[in-house]
Amino acid sequence: MLILADKKIIIIGDRDGIPGPAIAECAISAGASIIFTTTECFV
Amino acid sequence: MDLQNQARIKELTEGIGAENIIVLLGTAEPDTASLIAETVTLGDPTFAGSLAGVPLGLKVYHIIEPEIKAEIDPAVYEEQVAMMEMVVDVDGLIDEVSKMRQDGSNF
Repeated sequence: MLILADKKIIIIGDRDGIPGPAIAECAISAGASIIFTTTECFV
Repeated sequence: MDLQNQARIKELTEGIGAENIIVLLGTAEPDTASLIAETVTLGDPTFAGSLAGVPLGLKVYHIIEPEIKAEIDPAVYEEQVAMMEMVVDVDGLIDEVSKMRQDGSNF
């Protein structure tokens, strides 16, 4: 069973890792809907 | 996790239903990944935000976990994530997030 397809996605990106918009592009390509995206700085 | 983001995630989960939501992380450090994964499953361990004592039980993955990577268009993954994947502690990130998912996700 697919994990992302048709799911609502909350994205917590990292300014020093993978940022939110990059993860969003990936999730959209897997058929998911983005409901919230943020990019935090955890340092 | 940012306190305003905690409040927003709580609000969205209450409105949409936890069973319909997947949380994807892009954190660089395993310790941070564990902290964020705990916040969206068992509740905020720092007791600072809206999710303190609120176990949402959301299903959480890191973007580099193999089962997630397998569902993403390879060209998009290559462009958006592959470079960072080469410099982060992949095994450490997978260990921390999968452990928290097993311990705290209700779905």
